[in-house]
Amino acid sequence: MTGARYGGDVPGASGDVEPLHRALGLTDEELERVVGILGREPNHLELAMYAVMWSEHCSYKSSRVHLARLPKEGPGVLVGPGENAGVIDAGDGIAVAIRIESHNHPSAIEPHQGAATGVGGILRDIFTMGARPLALMDPLCFGPLDEPRQRWLFEGVVGGISAYGNAVGVPTVGGELTFDPAYRQNPLVNVLCLGALPISRLVLGRASGPGNLVVLLGATTGRDGIGGVSVLASAGFGAEGRAGSPEDAKRPSVQVGDPYEEKRLIEACLELLDAGLVVGLQDLGGAGLACATSETAARGQVGMEVDLSAVPRREDQMASWEVMTSESQERMLAVVAPPDWDQVTEVCARWEVRASVIGRVTEAALVAGRPVGRLVVRERPGGPVVADVPAASLADDAPRYRRPMAPPDDLAERRAAGPDGLAPPADCGADLLALLADPSWVYRQYDHQLFLNTVAGPGADAALLRLAGPGLPPSRRAVAVTTDGNPRWCAIDPRAGTAMVVAETVANLACVGARAVAVVDCCNFGNPEHPEVMWQLSEAIDGMAEACVALGLPVIGGNVSLYNESGGADIPPTPVIGGLGLVERLERRPPGAGWSAGSTVVIVHPPGPSDPTLGGSRWAVERRGVRTGTLPVLDLAAHARVVDLIVDLVARGLAGGPELLDAVHDVSAGGLGVALAEMALATGVGARLFGVAGHAGLFGESPSRVVVATARPDEVVERARHFGVGTTVLGVAGGGTLAVEGLLALDLAELDAAFSGGIPAAFGEAG
Amino acid sequence: MAARVGVVVFPGTNCEHDVAAALALVGATPELLWHGLRDLGGVDAVVVPGGFAHGDYLRPGALARFSPVMGAVARFAADGGPVVGICNGFQVLTEAGLLPGALQKNRGLRFMCVPSVVTVTSSRSVLTSGLEVGTELVLPLNNFDGSYVCAPETLEELVAEDRVVLRYRDNPNGSLDDIAGICNRGANVVGLMPHPERASSELLGSVDGLVLLRSLLSLPVA
Repeated sequence: MTGARYGGDVPGASGDVEPLHRALGLTDEELERVVGILGREPNHLELAMYAVMWSEHCSYKSSRVHLARLPKEGPGVLVGPGENAGVIDAGDGIAVAIRIESHNHPSAIEPHQGAATGVGGILRDIFTMGARPLALMDPLCFGPLDEPRQRWLFEGVVGGISAYGNAVGVPTVGGELTFDPAYRQNPLVNVLCLGALPISRLVLGRASGPGNLVVLLGATTGRDGIGGVSVLASAGFGAEGRAGSPEDAKRPSVQVGDPYEEKRLIEACLELLDAGLVVGLQDLGGAGLACATSETAARGQVGMEVDLSAVPRREDQMASWEVMTSESQERMLAVVAPPDWDQVTEVCARWEVRASVIGRVTEAALVAGRPVGRLVVRERPGGPVVADVPAASLADDAPRYRRPMAPPDDLAERRAAGPDGLAPPADCGADLLALLADPSWVYRQYDHQLFLNTVAGPGADAALLRLAGPGLPPSRRAVAVTTDGNPRWCAIDPRAGTAMVVAETVANLACVGARAVAVVDCCNFGNPEHPEVMWQLSEAIDGMAEACVALGLPVIGGNVSLYNESGGADIPPTPVIGGLGLVERLERRPPGAGWSAGSTVVIVHPPGPSDPTLGGSRWAVERRGVRTGTLPVLDLAAHARVVDLIVDLVARGLAGGPELLDAVHDVSAGGLGVALAEMALATGVGARLFGVAGHAGLFGESPSRVVVATARPDEVVERARHFGVGTTVLGVAGGGTLAVEGLLALDLAELDAAFSGGIPAAFGEAG
Repeated sequence: MAARVGVVVFPGTNCEHDVAAALALVGATPELLWHGLRDLGGVDAVVVPGGFAHGDYLRPGALARFSPVMGAVARFAADGGPVVGICNGFQVLTEAGLLPGALQKNRGLRFMCVPSVVTVTSSRSVLTSGLEVGTELVLPLNNFDGSYVCAPETLEELVAEDRVVLRYRDNPNGSLDDIAGICNRGANVVGLMPHPERASSELLGSVDGLVLLRSLLSLPVA
């Protein structure tokens, strides 16, 4: 669907005339609801505004009833879900803002710009809160790289993140890569941003003070990205995204990014906030001006008058609905008290940022005892009103659907037929080599060091960053951040799988010495009109809630991306968790994954017998094509003890105390085998290990396990006992071979070739 | 008294705070200099830091050379003042004609954020004076256009006049003659692609960059 179809009733596929509201993505019932709110038929502009604001992407209309079950409260939470970003008190007068988003659909259509504008959008969410964006992370899912189209998507997405993130001057400090045929037509491009601010500067995206100026900052407004949220993000794809296909026709709905404009916008906005020159700030993202004006007015319980003729345009003869719903990038809405306007223009001129007064904040009227602010739009000052709606009705009154849910019909059979009965591999070594992949081809293209904060960067279990940045009070604290997802686990059991993903996030943070304090989530799912997808979403949210409650973690923000389907096939449920951890004192680097010769290799695990099931493992899925079975058991109480132990061991070293650990790495996708191989590769030192229980012990993905290497194994075992955690000595590091008794013996050179060759080889490059 | 070092900021520059922090670590007093200034305010040295000056539009450094501050930087350099361009700053100095040659896209045509091992090949320059030739330093690279090129006669001149100050040990980007950094005839203007400020703390994994910055502060260089 292109912008032209907004022009009036349009011919449908069968040649019938499709009513305008349906062409815009509103159902007949939703139109009735609009009529009920306005007490009359909406005009074209009003309809377009409701269509974008009530889209799945903006309104979360299918997911809200479920998201309400997530825990949101926690000791350090300054701002929870519903604002532009979640904010946590990190200590020393510093607050940390964090948010995660998806840009899946735009990236499937135009990978470079789709991914680039995803970065731009999330940065604006962070500096809207008054925080300087300090780090990005990009979890990505694609189909297999042996297909040319996947290489085009992958190279484009990575190139887009690199081009935008590097130029805008925010380091990309990590991410995650998944390759699975299920993402062939619908890649996932998620992006997380972390920022920091002096607590005193925290601002919320709300308008206040009737008479204050509504100011549009940044880029001009064009026809790019019109209907991005409704056309792209809230509908699935057909079978093939090739030229001439319906997907090709969606290309005009993808926005184009300009990191240089955004960089100046960041600096100008932060300077305006520092100088106290704005009373409210809101980014323009999905649904453009319609969203920014209605959300800020709704949050501030005020109204707003907007004069469209004051909006700087990059194209002639734009219709009012185009101006109000354009998703042109690099724009912000500021609310400014009139006496400050001259100083605002001065700051903006210095940064070469355009600033235009496009309206005023107006008083809300009391209707039945409730303040109702109206969003009133004119095409020129004093001209006729072209839209007049209660602002909050756009932002808050979208319908909420309790859509039908149903588990898949064959759930019982799928769970019964797991991979545990499969014959063991003839050569475990060959299977291990096939599971290794070095992501450095990706992160070498990202500036991951700017701001001099990156103590542990991409490739580590989690990024560990000094808590420092321009304008922040001095601090010896650090923050850790990670993103985790696992579609193999979540496809088998969305509830238990999502809980395991949360558990892994917390373990990853622990490996760099950080105590998890909050998470954000990005729920990537298929078509919510499919009952099985809604069941997956509901189950995943329950699993997330269970794990977060047990581990004491508030969910301080999130994003839901639905309609990730093509040709009727939904992607596997892919909730991605972004975890934030804190370190109280950072004086020394964490041990990292690499061990040195002579160290004793110990696996830390819950006490009692282990659960060596292979269900949901990379080995079962990628090496045997088995996506069924059940997941290993996650004991959240035992997990918390394992995590506490690891934080205790690592954080002492970080703080400058005696360093007990030589290496630390959690066991996750690929199982113990992949963890050991990565540890050997990190320093180029092999190991001789014993007592691994067959191929299931090597490739099973039971949670709550961390491998450590130490020169003082007795002390580690003693600390573990104190925490109620089990330990098993696996052997000793050293030599040029990774040998696991009875299972494999691999030369480091072989391991290295398999590890570093994979991704570059797909592009005909050397590793 | 601590040396005052001006750090030039164009719209789009992003390494100015990092460079200022690293300079402070070696005892300098950094001062940010906005690109619209026509006067350097009496600083003792100038660093043009990395980033994307004016968005790198047209090509890196091509617009920055027209910023008012560059006239002042050129006069400062002509008077023998120490000027160091790091990464995008190096690109700016070549575009401004303060250093010969140009930086083109990396071999492989990808952005590259990797550690590099560089060898000090001349101790003539303000950035390498006091360092022994042959000293190896580990410094991060972070650029798309880092491959140094120049005319054959320019290269001959650079080599003959001992003006190649840093060379890569394992040339990662296709630079001519493994060149990572050069200086002008007066040895007071230096450009280099690696980022010394990113190797300024044990927490970040290397302090090799501080060696160069200390050298810059041991002013003046004859």
